[in-house]
Amino acid sequence: MNNEINSLEDIKAIRKIMEESTRFLSLSGLSGVLAGIAALAGALIAWLFIDDSWSLMGVAAVVLVLSLSVAFWLSVKKAKREGKHFWTPVSKKMLVHLFIPLVTGGILAVVFMSQGNMQLVVPVFLIFYGLALVNAAKYTLGEIFYLGILEIITGLVLTIFPGWWLIGWSFGFGILHVVYGLVMYGKYGR
Amino acid sequence: MKNLISNLDKTFESRIRLGIMSVLSVNETYDFNSLKETLQVTDGNLASHLKALEKAGMIQVEKQFINRKPNTSYSATEKGLAAFRQHIAALENLIGIH
Repeated sequence: MNNEINSLEDIKAIRKIMEESTRFLSLSGLSGVLAGIAALAGALIAWLFIDDSWSLMGVAAVVLVLSLSVAFWLSVKKAKREGKHFWTPVSKKMLVHLFIPLVTGGILAVVFMSQGNMQLVVPVFLIFYGLALVNAAKYTLGEIFYLGILEIITGLVLTIFPGWWLIGWSFGFGILHVVYGLVMYGKYGR
Repeated sequence: MKNLISNLDKTFESRIRLGIMSVLSVNETYDFNSLKETLQVTDGNLASHLKALEKAGMIQVEKQFINRKPNTSYSATEKGLAAFRQHIAALENLIGIH
């Protein structure tokens, strides 16, 4: 009997270590909600005040940098709260897999913009952001994969109806993030 | 019953050694400091268990320099992976998971 309990404990410990050493699980759900709100605020500012494309790019860049910093900061805090380290081999792997498509999409967006292909900027960035999430999902919470798929679909639909870019931005970067953030918050805590 | 227990590998009796093998069975390589953080053990303790696993041929060690700092990384050998899989199967047998 004692042997059985020990074996069960061993198996549990093995599974936990395998999961923790292959997935970064301290991703903060709250940061998703805040990123979504930042994107909605950005969309509102763009709608009310902005009529040239480079200031629009500026607003988008501020939203992106703000969201990533908040996500980074809250995830570091979450890892600390759970008694884990933020910089681990797996969190580094996740970041590399996230940033390769993300930076590619960012560069493409700037190139399209400088060539006057305004209509493609938001859809292309949504698509590459979605690909970045799908790519990084292997190394973090698996649900991020589906968020990525939804971003890709939003981006693709937007390439067909490019005039709706503001709605696409609000939905893809705003509403999807708020909803996903809330779901993750409910499931895994702050 | 005797047969079941004999499938358990003596080398993996310690929880720390099990932990090391768990990490190395799902990661190609892992460095000393990251292992220490993942398993939350002291330097000396980890080093002695790593040494034992290396002696038993379960893991291999690679020493190199990254930015002029010594870095030791570990990976599981074929033998180590097979032995670990067999050990897990034996554990599962004991608690009746098939």
